[in-house]
Parts: sequence; structure tokens; C-alpha cells
Amino acid sequence: MPEQLAYTIEVFLNGLMAGVLYALVALGFVLIYKASGIFNYAQGVMALFAAMTLVGIQNGQVPFAHLINAIFGTDVHGFGWSVHSFVAILLTVVVMIGLAWAVQRFVFRHLVGQEPIILFMATIGLAYFLEGVADLMWGSELKSLDVCAAQGVCLPQGMNSWIDETTFNLFGYGFFIDNLDIVASIVAAILVIGLVMFAQYTKQGRAMRAVADDHQAALSVGVSLNFIWILVWSLAGFVALVAGIMWGAKSGVQFSLSLIALKALPVLMLGGFTSIPGAIVGGLIIGVGEKLFEFLIGAPFLGGATENWFAYMLALLFLVFRPQGLFGERIIERV
Amino acid sequence: MNYKLGTLAVAGLMAASPVMADLVFPSLSYRTGPYAAGGIPFADGYADYFTLLNERDGGIGGEPLQVPECETAYNTEKGVECYESLKGSGGLVYQPLSTGITYQLIPKVTVDNIPMLTSGLGRTSAKNGNVFSHIFNFPANYWDGASVAIKHILEEEGGDLSGKKVSLIYHNSAYGKEPIRTLQELSKKHGFELTEVPVDHPGQEQKSQWLQIRRDKPDYVIMYGWGVMNQVAVQEAVNIRFPMDKFIGIWWSGSENDVLSAGAGANGYKALTFHNVGSDYPLYDDLQQYVFDAGMAAGAGDQAGTVVYNRGLYAAMLVAEAAKTAQEIHGTAQITPAQMRDGMEALAITEEKMAALGLPGFGPEFAVSCENHGGNGFVAVTQWDASTKEWSLITDFMQSDQDVIQPLIDEDSNSYASENNIDPQCE
Repeated sequence: MPEQLAYTIEVFLNGLMAGVLYALVALGFVLIYKASGIFNYAQGVMALFAAMTLVGIQNGQVPFAHLINAIFGTDVHGFGWSVHSFVAILLTVVVMIGLAWAVQRFVFRHLVGQEPIILFMATIGLAYFLEGVADLMWGSELKSLDVCAAQGVCLPQGMNSWIDETTFNLFGYGFFIDNLDIVASIVAAILVIGLVMFAQYTKQGRAMRAVADDHQAALSVGVSLNFIWILVWSLAGFVALVAGIMWGAKSGVQFSLSLIALKALPVLMLGGFTSIPGAIVGGLIIGVGEKLFEFLIGAPFLGGATENWFAYMLALLFLVFRPQGLFGERIIERV
Repeated sequence: MNYKLGTLAVAGLMAASPVMADLVFPSLSYRTGPYAAGGIPFADGYADYFTLLNERDGGIGGEPLQVPECETAYNTEKGVECYESLKGSGGLVYQPLSTGITYQLIPKVTVDNIPMLTSGLGRTSAKNGNVFSHIFNFPANYWDGASVAIKHILEEEGGDLSGKKVSLIYHNSAYGKEPIRTLQELSKKHGFELTEVPVDHPGQEQKSQWLQIRRDKPDYVIMYGWGVMNQVAVQEAVNIRFPMDKFIGIWWSGSENDVLSAGAGANGYKALTFHNVGSDYPLYDDLQQYVFDAGMAAGAGDQAGTVVYNRGLYAAMLVAEAAKTAQEIHGTAQITPAQMRDGMEALAITEEKMAALGLPGFGPEFAVSCENHGGNGFVAVTQWDASTKEWSLITDFMQSDQDVIQPLIDEDSNSYASENNIDPQCE
């Protein structure tokens, strides 16, 4: 196989993998937007908050330790134990459900019927508030994230040797595929199938879809809007946790994790704000598009670092022809 | 009513502002935002050193010290706001831990007659004190770092780099682009092939860049990164199985934060430094007694001994020594920012002085002058041991290639001088 073709295939495959990671972040946005019409600016910070909570629980860190010590003159930092990853994930899910309840109870319940821009502004406030709470609760230091099923069986990192050797034997060039990306792809597939099954085959899922289609109609048949919105924010919190784990495993858990939301925006523009499959397909197109552009044009002719702006340009290009995104619902308002 | 309001306002101002008789060393810190992991230890080290001087020595020359902090979040606009808001406090010297903020403050501090120290960051050509009267960047700058990285590679390769490939992976910002010109000149001089690989802010996703490095198969990779870019780059280097002892980061890519998350794979990674590492210094005994045990440590008090904490200590030590020099020059303990500038310009750091301060062998010796605001460009190489989770110095402090760097500094600073109509300030 010609070297350039092998490189291109490798870049394509890595683009797909990167796209899955972008889609993981975009899924959280889609869930909330679909059910409540709110563009949740805080989704990236939710991923940060979830990952920080997970690490904090795993390491037995005392929440708000710095604040407690400053007020009471104590010197507490940790409980002195560590928690198994599985238990820590379950406890983090409980925290994210609690957060969903609090967001609904103290913010959005008071904003029912407000303009979408007001709701959007509320999520901006929520993002900054949550970032501050995460800082106070767990500290700003960088934390290593090790999610392990058992002693020594943790999230894998590094090049997949089997793919490297197999492709080398076949094509004379070993492809690089990151083990973590493979795991992320499997997790994302399970997540999407789970979400679709939940929406299609459970009572709560059908209620969620009913609310997404028409709030008033759903209310009239006895669906509790309050419950559904807490449910949706909880699901978005769970998706944020998964995204936080995958991205946090790469870079450690730190405040820049919240910026992964920037990677989700072009995915949403392209895939549509209301479609779960759209988030996946959009993620893949953005991932492959930006990586191929960087490889074929960006690095050789434009000095590199083109991915950030090219993703948005690609999304804008799609918007010109399909303003609702690839899978978004076309809304025609008659006046 | 008006009288009461006026009294309240005055009382509020008195409570909020530092007492003007104190010596004020403002800290433009960033404990929040995407670069907090690097900002926190620096701010802690900076504050703890001044706390030590207050508690142990009663300040400097009998004058108590204040370190008002302002949060910049590594944001240039906020950094400028911090400078403006703290200016009234009588701050003697500013140290923005950000090249972006530095660039914005260069004309401001010059007009305001306040010195600024940008050790190992900022505008490299500010070393030319003839042009940049109020900017200091001792003991080393970005170009010194690039030069010593190549010098180290030369040593590793037996003095010959012809036909070798070196990749520079850098933060696609004013900071990250600083070493390009120097490395281009050095590649001409030594005959190695240089490839530039930019990474956009914040650097959370670098797959393309590391695939490119994997394809190019460089002999060495030099990194100018900051924040999350460092952790991701080290992890990606581990992922593609790049030999870590051929991966050299600038000092902003060489802290514990940058390597811990990559675990054992990061073993052998190298980084440049302009100060020593660890906590095995007499100064730490004093810090333990007067600061840590007294419950006066800054922040969470858990950063002592880390690389960036040491950099904060070192930065504070340098300006404290400059303040002492200023007090000696002007015969007064209550120095002004203008007098502080004189002290910085007359600063001489010797091994005897560092040993007396409890930091023997901690940094290179250097002397500042009117023409030379940047010291002598001595830089060392450190290496990460993943098993002990410690950095260690693996070379002596080496001087950068002044034959290459000085003409570049002259060219860049003279161009700045002609653009801004600056007359030479040194006789």
C-alpha cells in the first residue's frame, strides 16, 4: 500500500475515534435540549464537576476541606480511605441526580415559560456557579483519574499492539489506534443504545419523548414535567460523567476539562440539537473532517493547528444547506 | 448622613488598601480556570516566601511586607485589570505569570515607572535593558531554553546534529511561538532539520499532532506547552511509544502536574529549568518552622517542594533581594517602585548570597546591569523518575549560545525601539 494512502487511512480511523469522544459531550446537550428546549451551556462544566466528584470520592477526599479548615481552623483533607471505582461511579451518579434535582428545584422551576434566551443565560450562570462550587468542593489542583475494575485492570491507554502488528503485516505500516479511544467507542455505543432503548421501551422514556414533542399535551395526560426534567438533567449528568471519565483519563482532571464543550458545538450544529443519532454522526463527521483537513491541507500548507476553526467552518457549511442540522427537526412557523 | 457615608467610605478604603508604609509585592495569580494547576503552586510559593520574611525577619529592612493577590485566571484582560486595580496599592514590582499579560503590561509599567519581572517568560528581547527600561527577565528566557535544549541534544549526540530531525511542538500562542526563530537559527548552525507542530489552546486534543510526529520520526521533540497541553502531550508521546529521554520540555512543561497523569510511561521525560528542584534546602526548615507549622501556608498548603512552588519561592527571593539592594542604594527602607527598579538593575546573585538565604546551589549566579536585564542565560536539564515521582537535575547549569541569541535580541529589541521611538536609556 502506498505510504500516503496508509497515513490517510490511519488519520481517518483516528478521526472516527476522536469524533466519538466529541459525540459523548454532544449527547448531554442533545438530551436536555430535546426535552426542554434549553441549550445547556453548563454541560462542559457538568463533565468537569462529575469527574472531580468521582476522583474526590475515589481518593476519600473531604469535600469543602479548604473551606472547613479556613472557617474552623482544622486540618482535615482526607477520610483516610479509598473507594473502589465502581462504588465511586455509583456515588457520583447519586451526586449528579442530586445536582439535577437542585438545578430543577432552584433554577428552572422558577423560569417556566420564559424566553429561550433567558433559559440559556441561566445555564451560563449555572456553569460559572458550578465551576466555583467544584473548586471549593474539591480544589483546583490537577488530579489523576484511574478507573479500575480490579487491581491492575484499569482503563487502558496507549497504542493497540494487535492493530499495529496486524496492519503492519498487511500494509507494511502499523496503524496507531489508542486503546482508550477503542474503549470510548464501545462505551459510547452502549450509551447510545441504552438511551434509545430507554426512550423507546420504558414508561419514563415515552413520557420524556412526549414532553419533548409537546409540553402542554404531555401535561394534559398527566405527565409530571418536573419529574421528567429532573430525569433528563440526571441523564445528562450521567453522560457528562462518562465524557468526564474518558477525557479526564487522557489529561487528568482539571479545570480545562470544561472546555471540551467547545468541541461539542460544531457537532451539534452539524448533527442537530434534537437527535441522539445526529450527535453521533455529527461527531464522526467533525472528527474525520478536521483530522483529514489538518493532515492533507492544514499541516502541509497552512502551518497546522487548523482543527479548531475547521470544525466550525465545516458545521457552518452544513448549516447553509440544512439549517436544522443533518438530523434536526425542521420547524416551520406560520405567522 | 453625608458625613456618615464619607466616614464609612474612608474606613472601607483603609480596610481594603494596604498600609502605604508597607512594602507591597502584588501577586497576579491564577487559582482558577484552565491553567490553575500551574498557577496555584507558583502563587503559594510566592506568598509563602514573603510570609517567611515577615515572620522570621520582620519584613525587609524592618518594613513589613504585603502580598495582595488578584485573580487573573490566566486571562490577559483580567490581568491588565488586576494591574490597574493594584497600582494604587504602591506595588513595587509585578510578576505576571503569563506572556500575554506581560506583552500588555510592557508599555503600561514603563509609563507608570514600575518594574516588572518575567523570569523565564514574556518578551525575550526585554533582556535588552537599553530598550526595555522597566522589564527584567533574569535569570533566563525562552531563547536560552531553546538553545540549551539543543546544547543538551548536541551532548547526547556527540556534538553532531547534521541529518538529525528535531520537532518543536508548541502552544499556538505568543508564548509558544517564542523559540521558533532561535531554533531556526540553531538548525542552520548545526544542520538539523526542524519541524514546527502547533497545538491550539487549550490542547486537550492532540491526536493529529502526535500522528504527524509518529510519521516524521524525529530524533528529538522539544515542547513549549502550558496547562493541559503538557499532560496530553506527555500521554500522547507515551501512547506512540516515543522515547521519553528524547522528549524535552521547556520549564513550563516540566512540573509534577505534567507527568503524573501519564504514570510509569512518563519515566525519563526531560525538562529544562533555571532553578533547582526538591525541598532539601535549609530554607525549607525555616518555612516549616515559621510558615507551615504556624498554619500560615498559602492556599491548601500542599504544594511545598513541587517544581512550580519552588519557582514561586525563587521569584519571590529574587525580588526580595532586589528590594534589599534598592534599600542599600537609596538609603531608605521605604522604597518606591522607581527605586525598586534601580535595585533590580543592580541585582547580583552569587552562590554565597544564595547559601546565606538557605538556597545553596538553587540557581545560577548572575548579575544584572543597565544593558543586560536578563542575566547570563544559564539553564539546566531535569529528568522525571516515575518510580520515585521526583525530578532530578541531570546536568549543570549551562550557558545558552550567546553568539546566536544576542544578535536576535538586538534585532528584536531595536525594532521595538524604532517602532515606539524609544531612546537608549543606558549611558
